[in-house]
Amino acid sequence: MSVKLDSKIPSGSIEDKWTKHKFDSKLVNPANKRKHTVIVVGTGLAGAGAAASLGELGYKVKAFCVHESPRRAHSVAAQGGINAAKNYQNDGDSVHRLFYDTVKGGDFRSREANVHRLAEVSTNIIDQMVAQGVPFAREYGGTLSNRSFGGAQVSRTFYARGQTGQQLLLGTYSEMMRQVDTGNVELHTRREMLDVVVIDGKARGIIVRNLLTGEVESHEADAVVIASGGYSNVFFLSTNAMNCAVTAAWKAHKRGAYFANPCYTQIHPTCIPVHGDNQSKLTLMSESLRNDGRVWVPKAVGDKRHPAEIPEIERDYYLERVYPSFGNLAPRDVASRQAKYRCDEGRGVNEAGQAVYLDFADSIKRLGEDKISERYGNLFEMYEKITGENPYKRPMMIYPAPHYTMGGLWVDYNLESTIPGLFVAGEANFSDLGANRLGASALMQGLADGYFVLPYTLGNYLGGTKLDKVATNHDAFKSAEDGVKKEINKMMSIKGARSADSIHKELGHIMWEYCGMGRNDAGLKTALEKIPKLKEEFWNNLRIPGNSNDLNVELEKAGRVADFIELGELMCRDALERKESCGGHFREEFQVDGEAKRDDENFCHVAAWEYTGDNKAEVRHKEELEFENVHLATRSYK
Amino acid sequence: MAGKFINLVLKVWRQKGPKDAGAFSEYQAKNVSADASFLEMLDAVNEDLVNKGDEPIAFDHDCREGICGACGFVVDGEAHGPQKSTTVCQLHMRNFSDGAVLTIEPFRAQAFPVLKDLMVDRSSFDRIIKSGGYISTNTGNAVDANAILIPKPDADEAMSSATCIGCGACVASCKNASAALFTSAKISHMALLPQGQIERKDRALRMVAAMDAEGFGSCTATGACEAACPKDISLTNIARMNREFMVANLTKQPKHKDGGAG
Repeated sequence: MSVKLDSKIPSGSIEDKWTKHKFDSKLVNPANKRKHTVIVVGTGLAGAGAAASLGELGYKVKAFCVHESPRRAHSVAAQGGINAAKNYQNDGDSVHRLFYDTVKGGDFRSREANVHRLAEVSTNIIDQMVAQGVPFAREYGGTLSNRSFGGAQVSRTFYARGQTGQQLLLGTYSEMMRQVDTGNVELHTRREMLDVVVIDGKARGIIVRNLLTGEVESHEADAVVIASGGYSNVFFLSTNAMNCAVTAAWKAHKRGAYFANPCYTQIHPTCIPVHGDNQSKLTLMSESLRNDGRVWVPKAVGDKRHPAEIPEIERDYYLERVYPSFGNLAPRDVASRQAKYRCDEGRGVNEAGQAVYLDFADSIKRLGEDKISERYGNLFEMYEKITGENPYKRPMMIYPAPHYTMGGLWVDYNLESTIPGLFVAGEANFSDLGANRLGASALMQGLADGYFVLPYTLGNYLGGTKLDKVATNHDAFKSAEDGVKKEINKMMSIKGARSADSIHKELGHIMWEYCGMGRNDAGLKTALEKIPKLKEEFWNNLRIPGNSNDLNVELEKAGRVADFIELGELMCRDALERKESCGGHFREEFQVDGEAKRDDENFCHVAAWEYTGDNKAEVRHKEELEFENVHLATRSYK
Repeated sequence: MAGKFINLVLKVWRQKGPKDAGAFSEYQAKNVSADASFLEMLDAVNEDLVNKGDEPIAFDHDCREGICGACGFVVDGEAHGPQKSTTVCQLHMRNFSDGAVLTIEPFRAQAFPVLKDLMVDRSSFDRIIKSGGYISTNTGNAVDANAILIPKPDADEAMSSATCIGCGACVASCKNASAALFTSAKISHMALLPQGQIERKDRALRMVAAMDAEGFGSCTATGACEAACPKDISLTNIARMNREFMVANLTKQPKHKDGGAG
């Protein structure tokens, strides 16, 4: 059965929509709030922020995470900063400019109303984080510092050294722990969500596996929030943490939540290049480094000289050359593609020819090593630990790597999915960042959703929906539990020859080769032949040692790989159907001088996929995007 | 640097569960790339184990960038291994020589019970944070961020304390298994900032009490924690915690029964 996609964008001018919507939202009185239970899956910025804010309001919250502590959530690894339209630098910033930059940065494939709300609440986020004690960088006068990030010509990025994500996450975690202290938030760590329970068409609970004991548990609630992050690990090698998975989102998808724009993935331009076959992940070097670092390759093909021996005149500072107005701060999708072009031309600088230089020599000359160390010391140290090279002396070598996913579960303006009562926040939803995310926007979106949007929209749902009492002995819970146990037993009983990792790596190669930085019709069709074969291999030749009623890391991995395989197939189908280039989705057939060529006539829409059953083709639905406040233009950073 | 490979012998603590006695088992790590991280070296050992149908060595890990704090075990008697200021996920194999024999075991402390192999339960840290490691400010109450001016040296000092990743190396390296460095880092971070003043005393009293209740030992200022800390959290934090705790104890105000009316 198909659902009509209603984005529920409020009427009125773009500046007034959110204010009006908050006023029009139903309220739940304080005495009734404590009668409502809300489940939050994931404890990153979006999840912990929602749990903290909902707990403060008096709701009973049950927070779940796969980690041993909520403080491990991958938001912790964000380095560079968080955007906010404060205009503290007096450089012409405003809510409207942040809105405009984000819509343009997303290559006009996001929903205007959502992005405007994001820009509006960005200023509240900074206020809230400072009040919570997040130690942002400051000037000598005691005011907050800012730096610049890609795709913007103003300095609106707030930061805490190169560890902004860590500080925001720890602040958010602390606020959530305060609610654990008050008793309003109940914490369930080392639990992996494996199904959503839908009763009378509404999300009423989840099934989780206790990762320590293997026990399958049911938890009931009046609403469920999924804030389980993104799916870059579909590529196996990405900047994501090892436990990042699509599983929670994917299980919700299989229960009826549409999955939107899965092909919108972000390849981050500045990561440490791949070094060998046994590598487990890729490490990001913050975009903030491009404030002071200059990207270049030798002008000559195959020039293998030490970088110090290559004179200025023989270097190609290609971002400055191609994009004179944004230079090294061109947005991520653009900078990644340019790095790929240079390496494809044979001008890559490491042994594999898959790297470009990020050079700080000029900045060190201008500002001194101390200043550079103060700004980026921890990043330089990390680079040296991983590569064994000193970036103060020799330029960093970097290459693009999968980093963030703009696609995710489809949500309306209220962040509600196509399953009533199932809300999706942060990277797990698709909503605000279009086909490409600008730097320092992910932290902003996670916190906006968790702290400032969900407390209103969830209240509106709970206040306006008749919810009968349900308990975990309901048949729907029993049958969902049975389904989860059946799948676990099926994986355990294969007893084949291959580890989950080896199959995951193979999937990663297929995705990177055919659905990575450049995509084309033939390649995507090849991938769509290879992935079902890999799925078959998984279900016939997987090996999981140990047993399922115990802590079993291999079983955890296997379950996640099974979901990545299915998602990978959908990504390729989505990429094949979207016959245009936009943002991070670059179809080689659709380009002008190496830049993305959109097709606004035919593809100015969100593609939301409906799951229709095992091994059946998913159905593609459209939500047309309307641009009333931003002129649909060709994106240019030249 | 590329192309260098080494062979190692690993003596790894294997323990099936919290109640199992546990023992060391020996494994060969062959053809380990010098560019691999320590955990990637273990990944390869585990891949071999799985291929043989054996259970892999369980260890906690996640970001592998040294920031989430999930990883951590003891290598040759040192928490996170031999490299200073480095988590074990950021420790690379170029720091080891060919033929080395390495002993790998979990963090050991009464308040960190072993769950399996190298995994321990550090939820005691969450309970310490729960007991006051926060600033009580509900969403929506905040004033404009620049209305709170903070001298840069104070902000920098608070940031240095706040960089603690909660990995537990301080506890594992302390002969008393004290959590003083972890607890003091959070108390310091908030005591240094104007936002943290209102609850400053209560925070110090409650967090110290929670730390003691979890069964962590007392601090005898040996400095082993600071030396093992991958984030260089300074002993100064412990001195500050002791001062905060003492001042709070000496100047405690009585709670007024009728204080909440209104």
